[in-house]
Amino acid sequence: MDWQQFWHTVTTPRVVASYRLTFGAALIGAIINAGFGLLTAWVLTRYQFPGKRLIDALVDLPFALPTAVAGIALTAIYSTNGWVGSLLAPYGIKVAFTPLGVVVALTFIGLPFVVRTVQPVLEDLEQEVEEAAASLGASRWQTFRKIISPAIFPALLTGFSLAFARAIGEYGSVIFIAGNMPMKSEITPLLIITKLEQFDYAGATAIAVVMLVISFVLLLTINLLQWWANQRNKNGA
Amino acid sequence: MHISKSVNQYQSRTQQKRALAEPAWVRNLLILITLAFLTLFLFLPLAAVFSEALRKGWQVYISAIVNEDALSAMKLTFIAAAIAVPLNLVFGVAAAWAITKFNFTGKSILITLIDLPFAVSPVIAGLIYVLMFGLQGWFGEWLLDHDIKIIFAIPGIVLATIFVTFPFVARELIPLMQAQGKEEEEAGLVLGASGWQIFWRITLPNIKWGLLYGVILTNARAMGEFGAVSVVSGHIRGLTNTMPLHVEILYNEYNYAAAFAVASVLALLALLTLVFKTLIEWQTARANQSAQIQE
Repeated sequence: MDWQQFWHTVTTPRVVASYRLTFGAALIGAIINAGFGLLTAWVLTRYQFPGKRLIDALVDLPFALPTAVAGIALTAIYSTNGWVGSLLAPYGIKVAFTPLGVVVALTFIGLPFVVRTVQPVLEDLEQEVEEAAASLGASRWQTFRKIISPAIFPALLTGFSLAFARAIGEYGSVIFIAGNMPMKSEITPLLIITKLEQFDYAGATAIAVVMLVISFVLLLTINLLQWWANQRNKNGA
Repeated sequence: MHISKSVNQYQSRTQQKRALAEPAWVRNLLILITLAFLTLFLFLPLAAVFSEALRKGWQVYISAIVNEDALSAMKLTFIAAAIAVPLNLVFGVAAAWAITKFNFTGKSILITLIDLPFAVSPVIAGLIYVLMFGLQGWFGEWLLDHDIKIIFAIPGIVLATIFVTFPFVARELIPLMQAQGKEEEEAGLVLGASGWQIFWRITLPNIKWGLLYGVILTNARAMGEFGAVSVVSGHIRGLTNTMPLHVEILYNEYNYAAAFAVASVLALLALLTLVFKTLIEWQTARANQSAQIQE
């Protein structure tokens, strides 16, 4: 395969559409997980409520549950006759077999990363600092914004990038719920497998190389951001 | 006088509470949102696996599991895990030991390499093995001449499983062993213990819970891996089908009840993993507490 063939393979519209879906859905999933993961970690470390220990243990389910099982289970729930899908259908919202379904699957598999990176930091946070802020007249929201959030930001970013990286490469849970329509809901790892099944090894490798390069650049950027956040945190303290 | 003092105390205490905790309605709202999110993304999928599996009754459920193809898929899954877990256990301990107890050049490269399987898509991991050992691969011709099959055969599945589960034990042990330092090992050395004695009597007891944790995570991933195994397996029924692949085949044949039945076995294994994991966490928390009290 020469350079021109390589370029042609990795820039056909169907392949480009798959990059957009893979990286876009992974990004949205990671953002959802950053928000709700932070919330979950906060609720689990700060509040008491019945069933808390059970929920804490179950947060790791996406790590333990095989991705294929997660895929068919999510499809069963979010298809138009499923438990959740049937509630959304009257409003014209379709989740399974659309790009939205891909986002749902990628949110599921990335869920524990943010919770498990932020949780220990929240646990180790010293109560005295918050007390000091409160005694100096800070409101709870001010304390959260100025004291707590800078302390947990690096961990949040780490969790976000782990969830993002995992979501980019994910295959098992996505292929069931995505519907895999070319140009619409077909992820890049699936294209690699399709090429392999047609014995187009060169084509599969070319797409894999592009995927590796893009994820490498993205992770490098996130690492730089993290370094910068740490640096700023250190200078601030 | 006395009363006013206690009132003052009470007032300052509620003020402090207000500044250190959110109002009750905020707290309850946050708990509710969290529970709603976790229900949509965790609890419902888990419940769906079992409800779909039993939709057509126990008879269908049992026959989907006690069936030749399903049993051979289970057997292959256990074989792959039985090879991958011990190998990665030995490798993980050796790597963590080398990284935390010694200094050598290329250490940071080794740490990066250990993390590689986490960063690479499982599909690409499988592809790498096809490119190496497949018919058109680097070693393809040589393997063909010597009548060795790796791709679309059991060795390929085992290799792919080893690759994706490579980092778990080492990742679990490295921070633990770093935190423990090497004073205890050095004390053993000064007192004349041999290398093996130091390992069995000092290092291993110190890391046993972390090690078990890593092994459990390795096992869970080994039994559940889909993407990498899917690329190298060839999906030959009764021969190169693991349990997750069997779930896919049944599902694609619209045999949903059977697919979910096999999936429910995997889900039970996952729940068992979480139980073990939680027990170990409680155990280590208790050990830490008693260590702190002793200090």
